[in-house]
Amino acid sequence: MQVPAQFEYRRATSVQDAVALLARYGSESRVVAGGHSLIPMMKLRLAQPELLVDINDLAELGGVRVVDGELRLGALLRHAELLACAEAGERVPVLHDAERVIADPAVRNRGTVGGSVCQADPSEDLSAAFCALRAVAVVRGTDGHEREVPMRAFFRGPYETAVGPAELLVELRVSLWSTGSAYVKVDRRSGDWAVAAAAAALRLEPDGTVADVGIGLTAVGARGFVAAEAEDDLRGRAAGVDAFARAGRLAAAHCAPVADQRGPVDYKRHLAGELTVRALARAADRTGVPWR
Amino acid sequence: MEVTLTVNGREHTREIEPRLLLVHLLRDDLGLTGTHWGCDTSNCGACVVWMDELPVKSCTVLAAMAGGRRVRTVEGLEGPSGLDPVQTSFIACHGLQCGFCTPAMLMTARWLLDHDPDPSEDDIREAVSGVTCRCTGYENIVRAIRHAAAGGSP
Repeated sequence: MQVPAQFEYRRATSVQDAVALLARYGSESRVVAGGHSLIPMMKLRLAQPELLVDINDLAELGGVRVVDGELRLGALLRHAELLACAEAGERVPVLHDAERVIADPAVRNRGTVGGSVCQADPSEDLSAAFCALRAVAVVRGTDGHEREVPMRAFFRGPYETAVGPAELLVELRVSLWSTGSAYVKVDRRSGDWAVAAAAAALRLEPDGTVADVGIGLTAVGARGFVAAEAEDDLRGRAAGVDAFARAGRLAAAHCAPVADQRGPVDYKRHLAGELTVRALARAADRTGVPWR
Repeated sequence: MEVTLTVNGREHTREIEPRLLLVHLLRDDLGLTGTHWGCDTSNCGACVVWMDELPVKSCTVLAAMAGGRRVRTVEGLEGPSGLDPVQTSFIACHGLQCGFCTPAMLMTARWLLDHDPDPSEDDIREAVSGVTCRCTGYENIVRAIRHAAAGGSP
């Protein structure tokens, strides 16, 4: 029987209240939303917070909407709610691709978008998608002050983010610059963590030139979940099999997978390259611009 | 701390430790042992119950987090006119062998059919993908849920 260590439980009544509680307890406090990352870690005593701040009552942190040309996702948006949002799937299909392969429906009913990125697991799916999209995290602190953190600067390392001990992630903002995007994952069984996965977001000129591109990689040790060298090489080229293959080779060359029970290094590196190519091709298909 | 929650339409108040998991509150404090406790890691899904009308894995929900919310377990599935059609269908189609996953399968199936009265086989397999069955190979479970969708007569 797995039982977490003792802790104090408080249910936040507002974002301000949550942040005040976090400030009082400092690094000994943790936020719980869906709890599907944190509670298992607490059961294994990998996490032993003294205070758990439950933010599930904070309706202001929920919902997904398009405002000012941006998709805005509340930190407490459940995975199932994002999947149910047709507009998000249409405008930013990489998010629906990624959501469909996160755990299983019951977990997605509970787990949240904000919780997933704040957990900062190196194998997490949405992190690569948000980095490919160059999304921005909105973080609120004790005085109600909000600051914006680009997702590419959000992850400080495994299980570490830019969110301070007395701050709360409140929203993720996705600028709608991409006209096609996709997420492709290889896993060992339904709902498992990725062996490797790639996210691609593309904006193509009518003649097929890559006007802009974002490539995210999951579970292969890519710095900040991003394949920056591949992006730089592809930008300005004509979208096509050769250009995407080059990007795949660069993505594979510049990631740093580690061997574990999900596979050896060379296999994961191969997947990083191949999945980059497939994600780019699917994203390009979705732009509606002829390419190849 | 004190927690008050509604389970199968009845309100319960209990004094609990904040670290108590919902599955243990249901089984040990309320005696509702129909909800099973399996892997303890939110993988196997044997502990699926509804919370505020959504299937969730109760081994990964703190009882404290269920305070003020509505929980429905397999004990709350039977209606005034008898067993739910998913229950009669699991009997009719041999949708279980050892029975360990069955309460979770039933709660998952009921939710699916409430939201999609005519699911395809793929829809059913996706819906139950978070609940592990080691006996049936899922064939009879899928058949049972299709049977329930078609009316569930024995």
